[in-house]
Amino acid sequence: MNGSREKILGCIREALKTAAHPPEPGGKPLPSPAPAPPQFRQWLPRVGESFEEQCQLFASNAAMLRAVFERVPSAAAAAEKINQIARAEQWEKIATHRHPLLDEVLQRVEVARLYTDNKYALEELEACPAAVTACEALVAQTGSVLVSSHACGGRAVSILPPHHLVVASASQMAPDLLSAFAIVRQKYEGHYPSMLSFITGPSRTGDIERILVLGAHGPKQLTIILVG
Amino acid sequence: MSTSAQIFRQNATRWAGDVEHRHRIEKALRGYEIKRDEYKGRFQSWAEARRAAAAVKFEVINHLDKYLEQFVKNIEARGAKVFWASDAREAREYILQVARDNKAQFIIKSKSMTTEEIHLNEALQEAGFEVFESDLGEFIVQLREEPPYHIVFPAMHLTRGQISDVFQKKLQAEPVQDPEALTMIARRLMRQKFCRADMGISGVNFGVAETGMISITENEGNARLTTALPRIHVAVMGIEKLVRSMDDLALFLPMLATAGAGQHLTCYNTLYGGPRLAGESDGPVQFHLVLLDNGRTRILADSEQRDALHCIRCGACLNVCPIFRNIGGHAYGVTYQGPIGSVITPHLRGLLEYKHLPFASSLCGACTETCPVGIDLAHHLLQNRRNAVAQKPPLLDKILFFGFKLLMKKPWLYRFGMGMARLLQPLHELIKGTALDPMRPWTKTRQTPKFARKSFRAWWQARNPQS
Repeated sequence: MNGSREKILGCIREALKTAAHPPEPGGKPLPSPAPAPPQFRQWLPRVGESFEEQCQLFASNAAMLRAVFERVPSAAAAAEKINQIARAEQWEKIATHRHPLLDEVLQRVEVARLYTDNKYALEELEACPAAVTACEALVAQTGSVLVSSHACGGRAVSILPPHHLVVASASQMAPDLLSAFAIVRQKYEGHYPSMLSFITGPSRTGDIERILVLGAHGPKQLTIILVG
Repeated sequence: MSTSAQIFRQNATRWAGDVEHRHRIEKALRGYEIKRDEYKGRFQSWAEARRAAAAVKFEVINHLDKYLEQFVKNIEARGAKVFWASDAREAREYILQVARDNKAQFIIKSKSMTTEEIHLNEALQEAGFEVFESDLGEFIVQLREEPPYHIVFPAMHLTRGQISDVFQKKLQAEPVQDPEALTMIARRLMRQKFCRADMGISGVNFGVAETGMISITENEGNARLTTALPRIHVAVMGIEKLVRSMDDLALFLPMLATAGAGQHLTCYNTLYGGPRLAGESDGPVQFHLVLLDNGRTRILADSEQRDALHCIRCGACLNVCPIFRNIGGHAYGVTYQGPIGSVITPHLRGLLEYKHLPFASSLCGACTETCPVGIDLAHHLLQNRRNAVAQKPPLLDKILFFGFKLLMKKPWLYRFGMGMARLLQPLHELIKGTALDPMRPWTKTRQTPKFARKSFRAWWQARNPQS
């Protein structure tokens, strides 16, 4: 059953027999053919070329978004950071998933774990005060973290617990959204995970008198730890 | 005058007179304007980015059959069930059928204007399903039994006090006024709903033809939860919402956030391609995509206004519109408010019934100037006026223009008429603004300009006696 497929496609083809007037925003004709995506870079916000510049841009974006961004030299240092937060926030159990970098970090963290790679109970995830996940990429231009259902423990782990902690490696820093798409394209071409999500700061709303409130439905806190 | 025009006029008059409401909207939008301009300023060239976005949309809309088929083929290959709905009824019936077939009881929704357009909530509730809006603003207006006030900010017309009142009345909540505390009441309640819901319904911001995925833009995380926890996900998408490739989103996501909310990127921008895949531990086991025409092919057939389908529903044209800012979103009485609504509603619901909307515009052009995908909204409003008059010329207009033509063609008649008008104007003072006044719609709220003592003709002749 696909409904009115032929009818709608028929209407579309009939309508398109007449050529349209292209709009002329700003009084200039549109570029033709439509620009290829690599051209977008010259108009979007500028991003520095070096890793240091990108890290700085990511850090300033994260600060503006009220996310916490920490750079640590090693997995051991990342574990120490997580232990500090776990003590301060009195975590008893964290949600996480299997991933080489996470395994290396979390073996030094003494908090019980719920793994969401395999079937898990939703109530157990809901009871976790925090989730520690990996990511597909960090985006300097926007201060975003790209997670996927394939490599970051499924769909719910990065949205349900109130504190989301991301552990990333330095090689995952991408300058902009186009580079982040290039990373997933290269990794998954033709077999994309069922969900790819750019997370840009902790969950927020401005629906009451346009006043910013964090933690509307998703995590109230987002912490990004960059290792290396 | 048709009923919807009468209702519009009454509502617009009432809302425009509500000074507090206007101050509230002005205040809310001032913050938005500052942030929007700040993020526009970060672009190396907003103007060129806008032309690029318009060009991409022009390409897609003018090859819509090709991109739709590519999109559907790819998303079906990923396990999605695609249903093509030519109108609101077909879409509603399909979604009701999915809910019944799966014995769904509890349905959670994330924000979607397309589902507002097809009046899905009412249909689901009538059929006995419990439906909850999870977006905070949508949840508030649902509790108040109101439609969304604005396509992006559904509850921007309400004060914290009004929101607190409805929470106390409908949720037996604590009498708190602080926006954070109010948000947390909704968060706690919604958590329980999310964990119980067996069906999630969302809208779609972009369909990616290349990969067969949909993209959903949000700030709260409620769409992420809607599409993660329930076992069924139904997405409702207008057929025009396509982009060519995932890479196009690198342009459209920041433009949507900047123009729509004054953010560089909204908090969650998520691509979904069908149900959970083998090897994934959670996510819905069924994914249904409802593709909705509901009048969009009529806009497509109007080659002059086809670019109205470029719209990405950012709401920027509402925010800058002097009419919207004075009469507010509820006065329109339609799903899509503001300039874009006044352009497309006559196509979607009938030109003659909704022709009052394009007439309710000052044609200042702020909408055209602000649109991130370059839709010439102000001209489309004019074209709707022209088309409405061509379809059914109003009798009064015909009489007036007949008289005007006569006056313009006969100089002696013009001179005589002006002379009489100057003589009779003092008498008009006696009936001005009363039921006897033929000019009442104008004079009841305005001054009548006075005729000059001497006409321009007489003055010119006196100055240049030889001409």
